[in-house]
Amino acid sequence: MIKVHLWSGLRRLAGGAEAVTVQAATVGQMFDAMIAAHPGLEPVIKAGVSVVIDGEVTAGGRNLAVKPENEIYLIQRVKGG
Amino acid sequence: MPKDELKAGFRLVGTRPNRPDGLDKVTGRARYGADIVAANMLHAAVVRSPYAHARIKKIDASRALALEGVKAVVTRADFPTGLTGEDWNLQENTIAGDTALYDGHAVAAVAATSALVAQDAARLIEVEYEVLPHVTDVDAAMAPDAPVIRAGNADHSVPEGMHPNVVRYIDFGHGDIEAGFAAADLVREGTYKTEATHQGYIEPHACLGQLGADGRGEMWVCTQGHWYIRRMCAAVLGIEAANLRVTPSEIGGGFGGKTTIFMEPLALALSRKAGGRPVKLVMSRAEVLRATGPTASASMDVKIGMKKDGTITAGQVNFRMQGGAFFGMSPIAEALPCAFACYDIPNLMHEGYEVLANRPKAAAYRAPGSPMAAFAVESLLDEMCRELSLDPLQVRLKNAAKEGTKSSYGPTYNRIGLVETLEATMAHPNLSAPLGPNQGRGVAAGFWFNHGGETSVSLQIGEDGTVGVSVGTPDIGGSRASIALMVAETLGIEYEAVRVNVVETGSLGVNEPTHGSRATFASGKAAVEAAESAIKQMCARAAAEWGIDPEAVEWVDGAARPAGENAGKFPPLTIGEIGAKMGGTGGPISGHHESVPGGVGASFGVHVVDVEVDPETGKSTVLRYLVVQDAGRAIHPAYVEGQYQGGAAQGIGWALNEEYIYGADGRLQNPMFLDYRIPVASDLPMIDTVIVEVPNPGHPYGVRGVGETGIAPPLAAVANAVAAASGARLRTLPLSPPKVLAAIKAGQ
Repeated sequence: MIKVHLWSGLRRLAGGAEAVTVQAATVGQMFDAMIAAHPGLEPVIKAGVSVVIDGEVTAGGRNLAVKPENEIYLIQRVKGG
Repeated sequence: MPKDELKAGFRLVGTRPNRPDGLDKVTGRARYGADIVAANMLHAAVVRSPYAHARIKKIDASRALALEGVKAVVTRADFPTGLTGEDWNLQENTIAGDTALYDGHAVAAVAATSALVAQDAARLIEVEYEVLPHVTDVDAAMAPDAPVIRAGNADHSVPEGMHPNVVRYIDFGHGDIEAGFAAADLVREGTYKTEATHQGYIEPHACLGQLGADGRGEMWVCTQGHWYIRRMCAAVLGIEAANLRVTPSEIGGGFGGKTTIFMEPLALALSRKAGGRPVKLVMSRAEVLRATGPTASASMDVKIGMKKDGTITAGQVNFRMQGGAFFGMSPIAEALPCAFACYDIPNLMHEGYEVLANRPKAAAYRAPGSPMAAFAVESLLDEMCRELSLDPLQVRLKNAAKEGTKSSYGPTYNRIGLVETLEATMAHPNLSAPLGPNQGRGVAAGFWFNHGGETSVSLQIGEDGTVGVSVGTPDIGGSRASIALMVAETLGIEYEAVRVNVVETGSLGVNEPTHGSRATFASGKAAVEAAESAIKQMCARAAAEWGIDPEAVEWVDGAARPAGENAGKFPPLTIGEIGAKMGGTGGPISGHHESVPGGVGASFGVHVVDVEVDPETGKSTVLRYLVVQDAGRAIHPAYVEGQYQGGAAQGIGWALNEEYIYGADGRLQNPMFLDYRIPVASDLPMIDTVIVEVPNPGHPYGVRGVGETGIAPPLAAVANAVAAASGARLRTLPLSPPKVLAAIKAGQ
């Protein structure tokens, strides 16, 4: 199981929890499991979020591996100049 | 990889060879967007709305079309319908549909046999408008009585009951904010405002587009990202992306403003309507300022709690940002996490609103959102340090984020270099330079994430042993030189033997633009991987020639060599010898690498500025300026210093003079450099730089990316220096002489 930390705005769509726990081995599976458990998250995740894995901001490629020991945060999609 | 395990003492990395584009640029040989010409080419001009908000009732192009030399006119009716989301935003911004949403919004375009005829024809296109109420100020746009710009744009996040112009709401934090303030000895709050500013790139947008009736076309364009141009133009025009080949020109600055489209589809639509003749479209400076994407204007509340010893116990922000008349354009999602990113604070709360306004569609601008956030937070921190008689750098060091700190936006930091950056700042002689009357010193810190992004690179070994590298990230800040240095270092050959080319969209897989401070990090990392791949192939060719196992061959100093005594005794085969024979030993040797590279490393900077404020006029003169920033590793230190200096120069302009000034009629009042005042050489001292190197373990040479962090601290650093010099604490930028003078007089 992996633990995914949510920003406050997402918590309202996930029953108020600060983090959700899902069974997943990749970012794609993680998103799918989160949406299955909390359908309200779907439009936000599909609009694009940044996934921070062990402190590194990623674009959230679906094939990225995630493991139970990873620290995972979702943050709003970050753009650069 | 721990810092100390990264290889040091490089042969080429860290040296300062001549830049490969230098001769072309100083001799005028480099080809920028407006330099591209084609046979049978037409010239385009654009008709723009003179109103901030107006319904378009009728467009009559008959008089323009009757003018000799006019070959085509396009309006929104020439574009496909049914687009949604950001594709619709891009199309709507390219050319207005029913409503002009800001002063300068394109409503029609014309192509003719000369630029003058096109401009004359544009004046003959008659547009009938119904003027609508408008709003340009971010706080006014949220007020209950504000005109609605586009209803139904808000996403799920906006609380019920808010004005329809509020389209996005973000909140996050950690700890117990009230307990944090209760634990403080001093709690202060303030409201800070910044106006929209433009990236101010010297080269205006320019392109040459050709599109046939078969939907196949080409574009030559000044851009930071030609795959983005391809995808966006294809979406707006309803053509297939692979049928549009996009070639980037040299680029005269971008700073984020050239990561998207503004007028490029117009050239293609005109070309299609003119029978496939190429169409050239070059913006004037006024068009650039009115109709391309500046950054957002911001209104920001900050509250901080601090103990007497300087420990920050709590921080709270509420930011409002407008990004024009389109959803998703303000940098609110970036500004909020940057606000307290430099510090280890146990109790934090962030809230932010994105707001629509009758302004142009904002674009990215160097560390989007971070400079505004730093202006608000670093200014209030400075005020509190002065009130508690604390050294502002010691307070920043006391609270500095480090490896293992839970960041303000949640995740735990990996290896970062803020502490080393602060320590290098405190050791710099500028900190002990004496200050005279009416002079003051200001400091501020800043942060940027940096970015990886989709990347594709190929590398080809030449028959003479030289190496070509094809990258898809336009070279804005020296990436060709930096990539050449890394490839030469990896291959063990000379820098001059490597030529890096920025190639068109048909030559590589998709590349994200040069944005997010990523080009040297991402294309560099991919180029090193491609070089390693080529090395493996060259070792295999040598092994085949020697009749030994490829695993028994190693690559050292630009040549394949037997790996030890047991491998056999063979003279080294150099890259030139292998290249000369490759046609007969298996064919061309090349390496390539495609990925979304991981291992991105964040970077921090600290700026120190001394200013003198003339008490008679309110004019601020920058006497001394110091940038200290963690580069991870400076591949070509001269370019890194240039990035630091450039960020500081832009930030100084933003702090002291630059602003979008809208009149009561909603029209931009200063759409030219005479009135929109970016700093010139005589406004600035030599900007001192210190490159701190805390290598990023996620990059083979330790690169973090350096392009953006440098613009985060200057707004606050300059405002803090002006406050120290004059006693006038201004919380609204820019600190123009009349504003400073009024504040001085008000304080007397």
